[in-house]
Amino acid sequence: MDWQMLTLVGEDQPGIVAQVTEALFQGGCTLGETSMIRLGGNFTIMMMVSDGQRPLASLIRSVAERLRLRFHLDPIRGALHQHRAPNYQLRVVGADRAGIVARVTGALAKSGFNILELESDVVGSADEPVYIMTIQGFAEATLETLEAALEASRDADMEVNISPIETLIG
Amino acid sequence: MAILEILKLPDERLKQVSAPVERFDEALHAFIDDLEETRLNGPAAVGIAAPQVGRSRRIVIIDCSHTRKPVPNHGRLVLVNPEITEWDGFELGREGCLSVPDYTGNVIRAERIGLTAQDPQGEDRAYEMEGFEARALQHEVDHLDGILFVDRLVSRRTDLFQRKVYQKGGKKRR
Repeated sequence: MDWQMLTLVGEDQPGIVAQVTEALFQGGCTLGETSMIRLGGNFTIMMMVSDGQRPLASLIRSVAERLRLRFHLDPIRGALHQHRAPNYQLRVVGADRAGIVARVTGALAKSGFNILELESDVVGSADEPVYIMTIQGFAEATLETLEAALEASRDADMEVNISPIETLIG
Repeated sequence: MAILEILKLPDERLKQVSAPVERFDEALHAFIDDLEETRLNGPAAVGIAAPQVGRSRRIVIIDCSHTRKPVPNHGRLVLVNPEITEWDGFELGREGCLSVPDYTGNVIRAERIGLTAQDPQGEDRAYEMEGFEARALQHEVDHLDGILFVDRLVSRRTDLFQRKVYQKGGKKRR
């Protein structure tokens, strides 16, 4: 099956997912994996969508305009059933300032760590913002190696915690 | 000895409640051998339950003695008619299942449990389990009640972090 990546971004309001997926369903499209999240009060979603009876762009244009969403379509390579289970998780918590993500992920990348999921938020108050980031990923490296690599990215205002994930198969 | 076929979601037989074992005979022992061979044939499963191979009887096998990082465990256990009698605490952990290929997800389980069971000879046994082994046992007993881990999923974005593990500087907080 040929998939396209449909990305929709705009101001959040109730009912977006229902209206978009109804339009796709009526157009004969199939959904693969999807991920929706609110970022800064904005609605964002990425969806793997297969072509239906009409070109996807013409199907999605009217619903996107009605909901005042911008959309983007990319033909993608890839398929379903490509999940990878993470074997490490990280949490970074600290005073918010520029460069945190680059520093931590830079240290991980050098150790061959592949990020599978990443999420970050700025929380706390406007006066004293706190940055929280969680990462799950896969690496062949040992915990000790990753700890050593992350050591340089730590400082007094920032905690960087890493722990292994043992996935139970039963 | 034989490798049995593992039922996969959405097979309705995985939703059945299994019946207790009443006869501790050679047929039971032969089935347990096949069940264990089937577990070992798959991708690194720490447990298996009889209904996963289409036998609707209350039999599970768990073995948490080969995890990447050692965890408290009782070695390989064949448990017949297991019954969880005590639950304490809860924690999140990531699970997958031989009956649900290509998916892992986060599930809340009791941190410590007490259970009673019979061994393959029909002798009464009792165990206390914690952490990963307790999780494995709860996952398998769920199978006996027709429940899969996907019935207990919590958000993929839920924080799984164990707060006590590592502190800034990589020192262990004990």
